[in-house]
Amino acid sequence: MAESDQPGHREEAHTNRARPRLGVFRFASCDGCQLSILNLEDDLLALGQALDIAYFPEASSGMKPGPYDIVLVEGSITTPEDAARILALREQAATLITIGACATAGGIQALRNWADVESFKRAVYPSPQYIQSLGTSTPISAHVQVDFELWGCPIDKGQLLRVITDLLAGVRPRLFADSVCIECKRRGNVCVMVASGVPCLGPVTRTGCGAICPSMGRDCYGCFGPTEGARTGPGLPPNTASLANRFHQGLRLIPIEVVRRFRGINGAVESFKQESEAWERKT
Amino acid sequence: MVTASDRCGVLPHADFQRLLNVLTEKGYRVVGPVVRDGSVMWETVERTADLPIGWRDQQEPGRYRLEQSGDDRIFGVVHGPQSLKPFSFTPREALLTIERSKNSFASVPTLPKSEKVAILGARACDVAGLAMQDRIFLRDAYADPYYQARRNSMFVVAVNCTRALTTCFCASMGTGPGATSGFDLALTELETVFLIEAGSSEGNDILSALAIDPSSPAQIDEAEANISSCAMNQTRRLNTAELPGALYEAHEHSHWDDVAGRCLACANCTMVCPTCFCHTVEETPDLTGQRTEHARLWDSCFTQDHGYIHGKNIRPTIKDRYRMWLTHKLASWIDQFGASGCVGCGRCITWCPVGIDLTEELSALLKPSIRTQQKPGQV
Ligand code: SF4
Ligand code: SF4
Ligand code: SF4
Ligand code: SF4
Ligand code: SF4
Repeated sequence: MAESDQPGHREEAHTNRARPRLGVFRFASCDGCQLSILNLEDDLLALGQALDIAYFPEASSGMKPGPYDIVLVEGSITTPEDAARILALREQAATLITIGACATAGGIQALRNWADVESFKRAVYPSPQYIQSLGTSTPISAHVQVDFELWGCPIDKGQLLRVITDLLAGVRPRLFADSVCIECKRRGNVCVMVASGVPCLGPVTRTGCGAICPSMGRDCYGCFGPTEGARTGPGLPPNTASLANRFHQGLRLIPIEVVRRFRGINGAVESFKQESEAWERKT
Repeated sequence: MVTASDRCGVLPHADFQRLLNVLTEKGYRVVGPVVRDGSVMWETVERTADLPIGWRDQQEPGRYRLEQSGDDRIFGVVHGPQSLKPFSFTPREALLTIERSKNSFASVPTLPKSEKVAILGARACDVAGLAMQDRIFLRDAYADPYYQARRNSMFVVAVNCTRALTTCFCASMGTGPGATSGFDLALTELETVFLIEAGSSEGNDILSALAIDPSSPAQIDEAEANISSCAMNQTRRLNTAELPGALYEAHEHSHWDDVAGRCLACANCTMVCPTCFCHTVEETPDLTGQRTEHARLWDSCFTQDHGYIHGKNIRPTIKDRYRMWLTHKLASWIDQFGASGCVGCGRCITWCPVGIDLTEELSALLKPSIRTQQKPGQV
């Protein structure tokens, strides 16, 4: 995929060479992130010209076999069948990108990690023995090597487009891991935590959404996951302990409310998980 | 501070609209503090009633609340999270567009369109912060054209402070509570009138166009007294006596670990600071790879990228980052720009989500380090 970065070569690349093949695959998820791709609207046409959309059942019935240059994976691993499927898919993918909180962090369905899935099966299904389900929901990176992770529930479509644009240009995508607060301040918001006393997760949540929630006057609930030292890669683990103390002592949240703040869409990510478990012990 | 009576006029509260009208007639878009989401933000104002009449702010570490003041002062609210910084050093500034042609490329600077803007209600600390940013961005031969263009179109109407917040410490930094220079007009709000002083020829023009009566010596005395009492009512102060040296010596102080336990590295303190100037650049190419926009964005020494040099992050921990911020702000800034990077506005104290207060952190850092006491000689 890497192109010569000399001026002038680019045009040729687009017209003469085969377009990179894109595959979009779904695991345990709600389709919301795939919908974000469809919501690209005008850019979707340009994307279709720049890439050969070889496999994307949500968008088209033509489903061509691999290998693919870029594979986007939505959803987490919750069944033995999917655990095998992701291994096979990895072999077909030159670059594998997870899209969304489910694929990147296990998603909201990872709440099952703290519960007894067998009892759920018995409560819901007349013949639970036919339900093949794992006791946990795990991110794709727990099963195979992931090249890039896009956070968010759902992802930011602009960020996805940006990553694909960078890959097409042969440069390594730059994904900021700063706090939501930085973008919140750039946007000129009044901080909802300081001015209204609501428990905002923005200080420990990774940027990418454009600080949507505080811009609408509500607290961030961490859908883009923890800041830089989230789980993979180098970096600082977010100081969730200090923020949790502030929620409890400054904003008067009782311990179970602190648990719920951190045990949400990205509750299974190590730093958020540890924080919710620490406060669970105080309830 | 209110000085020469021949350049100082009196505008009754009831006539305040005339100031807005004159500025508008002179081609300025007038911007002032407007109540929004529990604070005040800079927004376009057309009528006096758009301003936060009858409100005042209470600020403390990590907390901001507006309340009814019980009077009809126009500028009872001291300030919101925004200083003057966003007007001249904008959160995001498009710098260039770069376009490919057959065998080459062309880059076109995207200088901001000049729009005359009059900012009504800047505080003395804000004016001092702006002067510091001028020193940084308009230095000698290296003037930043984007900053310069925006700065040239600004007309600053300062309002001298007569009420101190618990977070204010401009008096100890020598930057307030009265503005002494760097403004076009400076107002002091008295019971029923404003005293208006001009600080530039553009300010004089507006003052002349207003055609108001000169102030009396008694009114000037009253204004001076109110500003002085505001200074005396400040409860916070920054101990600048031994700076910059004392902070360099405190580089290995045990207290940095203490503050690192509380700090979130969220960067709010640097975003709201009137003087912080760090920025990063980003590229926004289109899908065809034919065109890109090159822009700069506010950055902070609390981010991962800020400390990333040649494959290594030189400030990997929160301790490193908080130490960078405080040491730059209060110490190395003096070596770099000849004055402190702190103008005492208190915003970083109020808008820190966990209420970290640099004046208290500095006091703790100026006390002997516990680690140093226990193990003399070890750093
Ligand atoms: S509202 Fe939330 S995201 Fe915005 S600055 Fe405050 S804490 Fe940060
Ligand atoms: S503000 Fe927080 S919860 Fe809201 S979209 Fe952004 S990351 Fe998600
Ligand atoms: S304190 Fe930090 S953000 Fe502010 S100017 Fe210095 S290095 Fe930059
Ligand atoms: S360091 Fe804090 S108090 Fe000092 S000028 Fe910056 S924001 Fe204001
Ligand atoms: S001092 Fe406060 S505002 Fe600054 S980075 Fe730390 S927690 Fe955020």
